[in-house]
Order: sequence, then structure tokens, then C-alpha cells
Amino acid sequence: MTEQTIKMPDTSQLVVSSSPHYHDRDTVQKIMFKVIGALTPAALASVYYFGWRAFMVIALCMVSCAAFEALFTRMMGRELAINDGSALLTGMLLGMNLPVTVPIWMCLVGSLAAIGLGKMVYGGLGGNPFNPALVGRVALLIGCPAAMTTWVKPVGCGFAKWVDATTGATPLALIAHCDATTTATRKAVESVASAGYPSVLDLFVGNCGGSLGETCAIALIIGGIFLICVNIIRWQVPVCYIGTVAIFTGIAYAFEPCAHFNPILHILSGGLMLGAFFMATDMVTTPLNRKGSVVFAVGCGILTCVIRLWGSYPEGVSFSILIMNALTPLIDKFTAGRPFGK
Amino acid sequence: MAKKHIKFYGGVHPSEGKVSNSESIVNAPLQELYTVPLQQHIGAPTKPVVQKGDKVLRGQLLAEAGGFVSAPIHSPTSGTVKDLTTCLSANGSKTPAMIIESDGEDKTADPLPPFENWEETDPAALKARVGEAGIVGMGGAMFPTIVKFSPPQGVVIDTLILNGVECEPCLTADHRLMLETPEVIIKGARIIGRILGVKRIVIAIEMNKPDAIDTLTQAAKGTDVTVMPLIVRYPQGAEKQLVYAVTGRTVPSGGLPAAVGCVVSNVATTAAICEAVCLGKPLYERVTTVTGTPLVKPGNFRFRFGTLFRTALELCGGVSENPAKIISGGPMMGMAVYSLEIPIVKGTSGITLMSRDEVVQYTPSACLRCGRCNDVCPMTMMPGILSAQIEHQRFELAEKWHVLDCIECGSCAYVCPARRPLVQHIRRAKAVVSAARKAAAAAAAKK
Repeated sequence: MTEQTIKMPDTSQLVVSSSPHYHDRDTVQKIMFKVIGALTPAALASVYYFGWRAFMVIALCMVSCAAFEALFTRMMGRELAINDGSALLTGMLLGMNLPVTVPIWMCLVGSLAAIGLGKMVYGGLGGNPFNPALVGRVALLIGCPAAMTTWVKPVGCGFAKWVDATTGATPLALIAHCDATTTATRKAVESVASAGYPSVLDLFVGNCGGSLGETCAIALIIGGIFLICVNIIRWQVPVCYIGTVAIFTGIAYAFEPCAHFNPILHILSGGLMLGAFFMATDMVTTPLNRKGSVVFAVGCGILTCVIRLWGSYPEGVSFSILIMNALTPLIDKFTAGRPFGK
Repeated sequence: MAKKHIKFYGGVHPSEGKVSNSESIVNAPLQELYTVPLQQHIGAPTKPVVQKGDKVLRGQLLAEAGGFVSAPIHSPTSGTVKDLTTCLSANGSKTPAMIIESDGEDKTADPLPPFENWEETDPAALKARVGEAGIVGMGGAMFPTIVKFSPPQGVVIDTLILNGVECEPCLTADHRLMLETPEVIIKGARIIGRILGVKRIVIAIEMNKPDAIDTLTQAAKGTDVTVMPLIVRYPQGAEKQLVYAVTGRTVPSGGLPAAVGCVVSNVATTAAICEAVCLGKPLYERVTTVTGTPLVKPGNFRFRFGTLFRTALELCGGVSENPAKIISGGPMMGMAVYSLEIPIVKGTSGITLMSRDEVVQYTPSACLRCGRCNDVCPMTMMPGILSAQIEHQRFELAEKWHVLDCIECGSCAYVCPARRPLVQHIRRAKAVVSAARKAAAAAAAKK
């Protein structure tokens, strides 16, 4: 090869930047859409059990969350960032935390609370101390408790029209009722069971009353395992959260088997699976390092049990995660590792 | 059987891109001009001992060490000192340099008498040779090796670790050196072993170089040198991580491996030490990988110091497309340069070119608090929190959060899904904090 044919770099076109010059391919957007993808099996299960209205509720929440985010970013004079997928994810989680009978206006109010109060007032993605979807859900739960706890029993024969379903309490509401009457006898539990107490299998596949996304344990577990495999969530969080609930309720059950649910039913019912895999693992509102995540998850587990067993609400997942969200900066501070060699 | 290594905390696994690992080392042809920087080490500047117009021979001393933490510079070939000037170095600063005009004869001076019988030579004489030959850490740090070999009084060094990890993507210079001159490396290791009086000599190689592991294991037979294969994980070549992986010992914060009885020496440095002792050859050349997708033909070359990047790229047949980045070193820790008139020096382990497609300029977005930077930080620091502190100019807070412990490996910025310039912020804070500490020390000294 002669000198003339050798092409040399044009140095005026060179980019100079500080190392590293390589970058992992994962982005915020990819992470958000992977989580949305991981939630999809549970969302499909909810449509299967609760009918097309479930789809409408979830879709409406997603669209309205994205719209509110667009509106607020415009009001704040910021660049539109809805393509990062975080508002869609918030909407999806919110929709999956609502009962299928929820009125449309409540979906909108919930989205407004989630995006407005839960996220944008803190400056948007990354700044919010509380999980936005849970802020939306809890706002609705406190504001309209009746509409938020009207559960329908799924008909279980697939894609049924929701209006055909009969109203029924969630398993946790049943047991909370049982506790409230203080007839802590095996008989009472049996009577609850005969009144429509779901089997473990029903709970596992989602054939029971509850919020849209929280019923089908198996779909949530599949999505959660996917997220663990792609390194978006830490396995320690669901394992410690669910494990703590199992141990706590197991001890309670061992002491008073008549008064309490057995731990398997506790694990499979209510929002625990959804919370443990998709809410307690939210990146923004949970501790930075693994040690902190474990503390967070155990704290969530204890609070959930306390609320479920002794609180006035039948369900404690939302509140426990929000309470632990508030403690996250503190957990971060106390679990900050010493540098290697210190 | 060799002991099993320990996995260090954190780290990443960038795509290796070691395309030039099957290219044999080629001796670069003699150049007409060499731009030899007079500072090719960390420490005190050198003092020139030749003047403009002087005739010099290959290996002749051009500039002597300016102190204990310093390293002399030798002539890359025979010829004339054409000029004493300055040149651009890879970090963008100007540095004093000597232009050597080759006479084409490449006559050697061989001013250092070889130690034929190094096994019986006084270790102190061997150590002095490491100093006179101008040996510095060739992995990139360019720290004078003689200083490394002079532990403080009372410190016993029991383990010598040869760094053949080459965890930096794209680079293959050490890999080729291990394949092609294993006996030189083993001999060099034993020489260093004699200098330090160590009990154990380990050559650490990542498992992505099975051929090098085999070759060196074969070459080490019958000696007290062992080869330890390590899992592939960046930044395993960093001293503290390597010492931990091989011995399980933790180098204290702010300390050197000597504090836990270890010395780490790069394989290229080791080979150079062998040549300095056995052949009396001072350090005036090294193996450098020239690689990257835009290059016509990537390869590994033995360059004399003072060869310009331009020459290196010409040897690779130029580029097939215009590169977007030229990096002195590898893609994880190398320095992007803006000129081809930069000389190859003792620490230039590679020249990496990146194409337009590979160089994406990102806009950072808000921190998601995903914690991945925590998970990969090999120093178990919190880069996300540190960068937030630094963005708010809270340098005193960053100091409290141990910013000075950062080894600048860049794993945090590599994984960040929000594309935040984490290590870049930390580098800035390290400079600010060290300057503040120095100023405080100076003020205290005045009192």
C-alpha cells in the first residue's frame, strides 16, 4: 500500500470526552418498558378474570397518567419526557391496584394524584420520595373507601362481562371481618370458608376477588422472575418481603390458629405479590444498595403483617411500602458501606 | 494445585472487543524522527544530559532521573538531538520533549553491563538497575518501579503478583507478550522475586486468555512461579482488586499493596526488567496494541518511545472510515485525544479508535436511584450520592463520603441507565479535594 492510498483520520472530527468511552446499553426507557412488559402477564390475567373492563381501567390509567405528565412538564417549562415510559408504568401500576368496578372519574383522579402529588410536585422522575402509583391508590382509598373496596368475584370462565360477576369480599376482607367479630374459633373460620373462602389454587392462579393486578400470583411471579433475570429488581426484596410476611403470620398462626389466616393464604392474597415484586422494588423510592433493600423489604413485611393482623384496614401492603419509602433516605444513610479498605 | 482466587466486589463486563489477540507482535520500522517526551513517569521531572546537536546512540541516556520518584529517559535509536522542544501528551498538556533525528544505523550504545549471573547478584544491585533502566509501570500508571520495589523500613513483602489480567477491553499487548515471550516474563518475575525476597510469585491472568494461561504454566514449570486464572471482570487489573482476588488481603484506604505485603507488577514491566538485568537494555520501546473498528488492520506493535500516533495508524493501513474517537489506552480508562502528533510513551498500552456508531453522545437524565453504580463500584462507594453532592458543590460532604478512595475505573458511569457522568464528577471532586488538602497542609506548614 502506498502513502497516497492510506486514509488517515480527520482530527477535526474527533470527539474528546472523559472516560469511560464504553457504555452499557440499558437506558431508563428500556428499564421502564421491561417493567411494563413484566407486568403484562398479570394484566392479561386480570382481563381474563374480570373481563374487558379491566383492560379499560388499566389503559385509561396509563393514558391519563401520560397525559397528566405531559401537561405538568409543559407547565413546568420542561422538555417532554413521557417517552421514558415512567408515566405509563405508573398508570399501569395504578390501574392494577384498582378494583374492576371503579368509576371512570376515579381513574382520572387517581392518575392526577399519582402523577401530580406523587411525582411532579417533587420535580419529576427521580425526585419523588413516594411510589406515585401507591400515592394515587391511597388517595382514592382514603377518599372513596366504598368504591375502592367493592370487589367482584371473577367468574373464572374467561373474558366474561364484568357485570355478570357477583360481588364478594377479598379473602383478606373476609378474615379481617372474622377478626373484628372476635369469634376466634375454628368454627368461625370454617364459616368464612363456606362463605366463599378461595382455595390456595384459586389464589395462586388469581381466581378470587381483589384489585385487578394483585390476584394472579403466578403471573406476578413470572414477571418478577423476569425482572430479576434482567437485573432490574433485586431478588432480595421479594424474597425478604414475602419471607418476613410468611414468618410473621406463621408465628401468629402457630399461636392462635383459630384467629388467623395461615401464612400461605397471607402470601397469596391481597397485594403482597404485586407489592413485593413491583412496588417495593421501585428504583426511585427504595434504598440504593442491597443491604438497604433488605432492610426495606423486611420493614415492609413487618408493617404489612401489623396492619393486616391488628390494623383497621384489611390490607397493609400499600401503607407499609409508603411508610418504608419515607424511611428510605435514613436507610440509605445507615447502610452506606465503607469503601473497600476503610 | 494453585489456590482458588476470590471474587472482588462489584465490577462490570464490557464487551471485550479484543480483535487483535491473534496478531503477532510486529517490530515497528525505524522512523526518521522521534519525539521523546522528557517526562514519561509520575514524579519529579528529569534533567536532560545531552544538548541540541549532540550525537546519541540507541539506549544512551538522554535525561537523568530528577529525584528518587523519577525515571531516566533513553534514546530510542542512534542519531542526532535535533531539538529540545515541547510536545502534546495524551492528557492534552504540553510536555518538554527531545526530537531525535535518526541516522538510520540504529547503533546501540549498550551502556548498562548485563548481569549474566543474576541469581547470585546482590538484590540491591538488581534494584538499582531497575532504576537506571528507567523502568516504570507499563500498565498505564507510569509509576517509577524502583519506588514500588523500595517498601518502607520494616515492611515485609511476601507475595509478588504479576498483572497479566489486561481487563481493559480491546487491548491485547500484554496478551501477545505473554504468548510470545513467556520465558522472559518468568525470568523477570524471578528477578523481581530476588529483589524483593518474596515467598510466593503469582501470575494472574483472566480466563479469557486460556492460551496465555497454558503458555505461562508451561514456561513456569520447574520454577517457583505459579499461574492463577481469574474470572473475567473489569477492573480486576486495578492493584487493590487484584491483590484481593489473588491473596484475599485488603489494601487499606489510601495505602499501597506493600501495606499488606504485596507488590503488583505488570507483565510488560516484568519483561522490561528482565531485559534490563539480563541484556542491559534500558527501557526505550514497548508493545502497544493499535486497534478499533475504523482501522484497516489492527495489530500489536513494538514501538520505540517517541513514535507518533500518526505513524502507528499508518502501520495499520490507515482507517476505512473516519473515527469519532481516538483513545490513548483502552475504552474504559483511556484518554481521548484530538491530535495524531502525540508520541507513544512508556505507559501507552494501546491506541483505540472508535467509529461514529460506537461513539454515542448521551444527554444525562435524572438519577433513577437504581443503585447499579453501588452494585458495580469495586471500592464499595456510592457514586450516585457522590455525584449529586458534587453537582451541588458539596465537596466537603463528598470528602466525608470517601471520594478520594475512587480508583476512577468508570464502572459506575458505564452502567448508569440515566447516562450520568458519575466518574467524571468524582474525578473533578478528587482534584478539588486534593488541592484543598494540599493548600491546608501548606497553610499548616507556614504556621
